[in-house]
Amino acid sequence: MFGPGIWRMKRFADSVPEIIDLQREINKLFSSVGQGAASDYPAVNVWEKENRLVVTTELPGMDPDNINISVTGAVLTISGTSKSDPIKEGETYLRQERELGNFQRNIQLPYQVDAQAVEAKYERGILKITLPRQKEDLPKKIKINL
Amino acid sequence: MSEKDLQKTENTAATERIRNVKTFLPRVDIYETKDALFLIADMPGVDEQTVDVELEKNILTISGRVENGRVQDYSLVFSEYEVGDYERSFTLSDEIDKDKIKATVRQGVLRLELPKAEKVKPKKIAINAA
Repeated sequence: MFGPGIWRMKRFADSVPEIIDLQREINKLFSSVGQGAASDYPAVNVWEKENRLVVTTELPGMDPDNINISVTGAVLTISGTSKSDPIKEGETYLRQERELGNFQRNIQLPYQVDAQAVEAKYERGILKITLPRQKEDLPKKIKINL
Repeated sequence: MSEKDLQKTENTAATERIRNVKTFLPRVDIYETKDALFLIADMPGVDEQTVDVELEKNILTISGRVENGRVQDYSLVFSEYEVGDYERSFTLSDEIDKDKIKATVRQGVLRLELPKAEKVKPKKIAINAA
C-alpha cells in the first residue's frame, strides 16, 4: 500500500526538494503499518529526465557478481547477497550492525522500459541503474484531421 | 529487521559542517581475533580520497565526505534515503598498537585493522657494582 508507487509522486516532480523530503518522512511514518519493512531494503531514490529513469541505491561492499538486476515490463527487480567476513572459531563479533544476507526488492516503474537498453553501474558502493522508456510505450501524438 | 534498522541514523553529536549537509553514523561491524581488532564500516559514496581516519590520544574517528548524490540533469521523483557525510568515533583501549593501524576502502566500505600491541616487556635494569 505504501510501497514505491512513483506515479503517485510524479505530480511533485517539478516542485521543491523539500516536498520530496516531506513525502519520504510521511512514508517512513506509515511504512511500519501493515507491511514488513524487510522488503524495503535496499532503499532507493528514483530520478527522471524526459523518457529516462535512473534508480540509485546504496549497497556498500558488494561484489558486482552478487548483484542481480532484472526488468520485466515495468517492474525492476534488484536482488543479491552480501557476505560477512568469515571468522574463525574463537573469534567473536563485538558489534554487528551492517546489513548482511539475502535481499530482494521489486520496484514498480511508471512505464515500460526497454530491457535491452538498461545499464547499471556500481561505484563506491552505490548502484546506479539507467532505464530508458520503451519506444512502443511512448505517448503517441494523435493528429487531428480537418 | 525493523524499519528503524533500515534507515540511516543521523549523527546529531557530530560537529556541524560548513557545507549544509547531514552527517550520518556509519554502521559498523567489529570483530576480534587473536592479534587484532577489525572494524568494518559501511560508508556508501566514499572512496580513498574522501575518507579520513584520525587517531587522537585514544579516540579513533572515522569520517567520510560524500558528494551530494544527485544525478546530473535528472530530477528526483521518489526518495527513500538521504545522502550526507559520515562521522563516528570510538574509544580505543591501550592494547592497540597505534602505529600499525591499516585502512582500506573498497566499494564504499572502510576496513580497519587495529593490531593489538605486544605486551610491554618489563625491562631489566642491570645494576653495576660500585
